[in-house]
Amino acid sequence: MENKIELYTVSVYTENNIGLLNRISAIFQRRHVNIESISSSVSEIEGVSRWTILISVTEKQIKKIIGQIEKQVEVIKAYYHLDEDTIYQESCLFKVASDLLFEEREIQNIIKESNANIVTVNKDFFVLEKSGRKKEIETLYEELKPYGIMQFVRSGRIAVTKQPMEISKSLEAIQ
Amino acid sequence: MEVAVENKTKTLTGAEALIQCLLAEQVDTIFGYPGGAIMPIYDALYSYREQINHILVRHEQGATHSAQGYARVSGKVGVVFATSGPGATNLITGIADAQIDSTPMVCITGQVASQLLGTDAFQETDVMGVSMPVTKWNVQITSAEEIPAAVAKAFYIARSGRPGPVVIDITKDAQFGRLDYSYERCHQIRSYVASPAVEKASIWKAADLINKAKKPMVLFGQGVILADAQQEFKDFVEKSGIPSAWTIMGLSALKDDHPLNVGMLGMHGNYGPNKMTNECDVLIAVGMRFDDRVTGDLSRYAKQAKVIHLELDPAEINKNVNADVAVLGDCKYTLPLITNAINQGNYSSWLEQFNELYQEEYKAVIKEELNPATDKPISMGEVIKLISDKTKGESVIVTDVGQHQMVAQRYYQFSKWRSNITSGGLGTMGFALPAAIGAKFGAPDRQVIAVIGDGGFQMTIQELGTIYQSGVDVKILILNNEFLGMVRQWQEMFFDRRYSFTEMINPDFQTIAKGYHIPSQKVKERTDLNAALDTFLNSEGSFLLEVMVGKENNVFPMVPSGASVSEIRLR
Ligand SMILES: Cc1ncc(C[n+]2csc(CCOP(=O)(O)OP(=O)(O)O)c2C)c(N)n1
Repeated sequence: MENKIELYTVSVYTENNIGLLNRISAIFQRRHVNIESISSSVSEIEGVSRWTILISVTEKQIKKIIGQIEKQVEVIKAYYHLDEDTIYQESCLFKVASDLLFEEREIQNIIKESNANIVTVNKDFFVLEKSGRKKEIETLYEELKPYGIMQFVRSGRIAVTKQPMEISKSLEAIQ
Repeated sequence: MEVAVENKTKTLTGAEALIQCLLAEQVDTIFGYPGGAIMPIYDALYSYREQINHILVRHEQGATHSAQGYARVSGKVGVVFATSGPGATNLITGIADAQIDSTPMVCITGQVASQLLGTDAFQETDVMGVSMPVTKWNVQITSAEEIPAAVAKAFYIARSGRPGPVVIDITKDAQFGRLDYSYERCHQIRSYVASPAVEKASIWKAADLINKAKKPMVLFGQGVILADAQQEFKDFVEKSGIPSAWTIMGLSALKDDHPLNVGMLGMHGNYGPNKMTNECDVLIAVGMRFDDRVTGDLSRYAKQAKVIHLELDPAEINKNVNADVAVLGDCKYTLPLITNAINQGNYSSWLEQFNELYQEEYKAVIKEELNPATDKPISMGEVIKLISDKTKGESVIVTDVGQHQMVAQRYYQFSKWRSNITSGGLGTMGFALPAAIGAKFGAPDRQVIAVIGDGGFQMTIQELGTIYQSGVDVKILILNNEFLGMVRQWQEMFFDRRYSFTEMINPDFQTIAKGYHIPSQKVKERTDLNAALDTFLNSEGSFLLEVMVGKENNVFPMVPSGASVSEIRLR
């Protein structure tokens, strides 16, 4: 069980600090662990950043990695979860030639059925935004591909957990 | 014009403020080397020569090792100054050494002016990037106002919890800039837990396991020393009655002649404790981290034992060896709690097994090493044994890396604590000479003896200049086998005696010592050894003693790399 490789969502609460990205990514690099995606933003707590990092490792490895992350002076707390314990999303943007939107009826159906949003349209291109699970985004990508995608970009995963995280409480305890 | 007026109302320059901060942190000694980007700080230091002793080293690596030696003997934070670019990059080996051996150190580096950052300016190096993987924390300061808070934080982080090195990189304009100075020491950082809370349940669980044990064994590491828990540890060992073995970083935390001290763990450790690791039923690890040099093959390490791990750093729990009971927290507090909760123990027949194995080792290895036949060359062991007897085991022994290091740690009978200064985790050749200088400044009333191989001596030999200029009293013992001995030993044992680039053609070390005005002597014959050691130990001030030892002697016992500790070889 401990040795099965699984996809983990790592959530890290940190102080805002210039050097921290280096310190955290070095923890993965030293252990030859590939980061599948990483994203950083503000969190629910003022002045505290939240990172969401996706990696595929064993449970034994993830425990050690969390220990190393939490050891960094500016890291407040780190958690790891499996997919079933989180609600997660990714989002992406497609840039597609505008004439296709008007000339290919099929495209309109694809947009409607995939719950994608048109962000902007001009005479040359339109931009489609889609949020969802990786699989849904991949499906949309495959569907649009035959028509020609001018540009495509996908964000890293962001996730919240089903169970509460005790981070605010532990911060209060310190202050 | 207005700017100038405003500047005048500010009290200090950044550089002056930095010195004030260091005084507030009770810094009395700095090891350093100046250069362009740190000149304002050196200029400020000039006015404080009475309060702060600055030791001008000969290479910045030397400054870091000196600061380490200072920190290890005194328990205080070692402080280093260096300039930007090459000055800062020369620090890296020592910083890495301090990181892996948990030594509190604050390195202050000058940096190019902030508007030049990122322009590949003269002597600009990304010190933050380069030092990041080997520091506990690092910070770059680009304005004078930031200095006091950053210094306070740096000292707190360096010395608290599991200690470590910190780098403060200060741009030149921040050194020149002005600020309203005030200083507040740091006692807490919200994202940082210096010492995890002790869980009472873990204490009961540990005590219960210990009380039920039939063949328990204690392994102790530097954590005991870093926690200043010498007494607490001794009390625990004596009440529990458990045979206790040390890692090289834990050496001197318990007197070597203590009846329950069963010796050294690991690759060149004693026969008994290595063998018994795979025999004991409960293993109590105190402030040690199961380094691979201690454990050998992990898949065959103490599998039969229940493991209790007393540790400050949560990341060490289950890192290499799984703990059945993890006692998190500072062992200065957890040890007495456990001592109170356990029964008085006596394991005389179990202890006797250690003694029997010691006798085996004595016959096969130790006897010959300490008393070689008269037709045999001088051995490292006999030199160390003589020094140990003559100094009553009371000296600070600073070792470099190699065979002489293992021999010194095996045969010097430490009777005082904080006395074994060595590069354990990184194994940095060149460590001993500068570290001995620092150790003497950290413990001026103690005798400091550096034990160094002919190879390692030449890695930081220029620090003889520091010894001469500062007048510090360091006894330098060179055990010369005209080989990179430890590597040669491996070549002999595992590479068919193919001595690929390990033979050393050395300079005349006495001539070199003379150039630095350091008295010296060279011993080739056993008959001269005793008197030479008396001269060496009783000399006023520094002295270099070179002893020619057997060229192809080996250190035994040995756990070959990749083998299990129970496969330890006596020859
Ligand atoms: C900076 C550095 N380079 C290389 C090594 C690898 N190394 C470990 S022991 C050793 C030999 C040391 O020779 P010497 O200083 O003469 O000591 P001896 O083993 O002969 O006592 C070497 C080269 C090291 N530990 N550190």
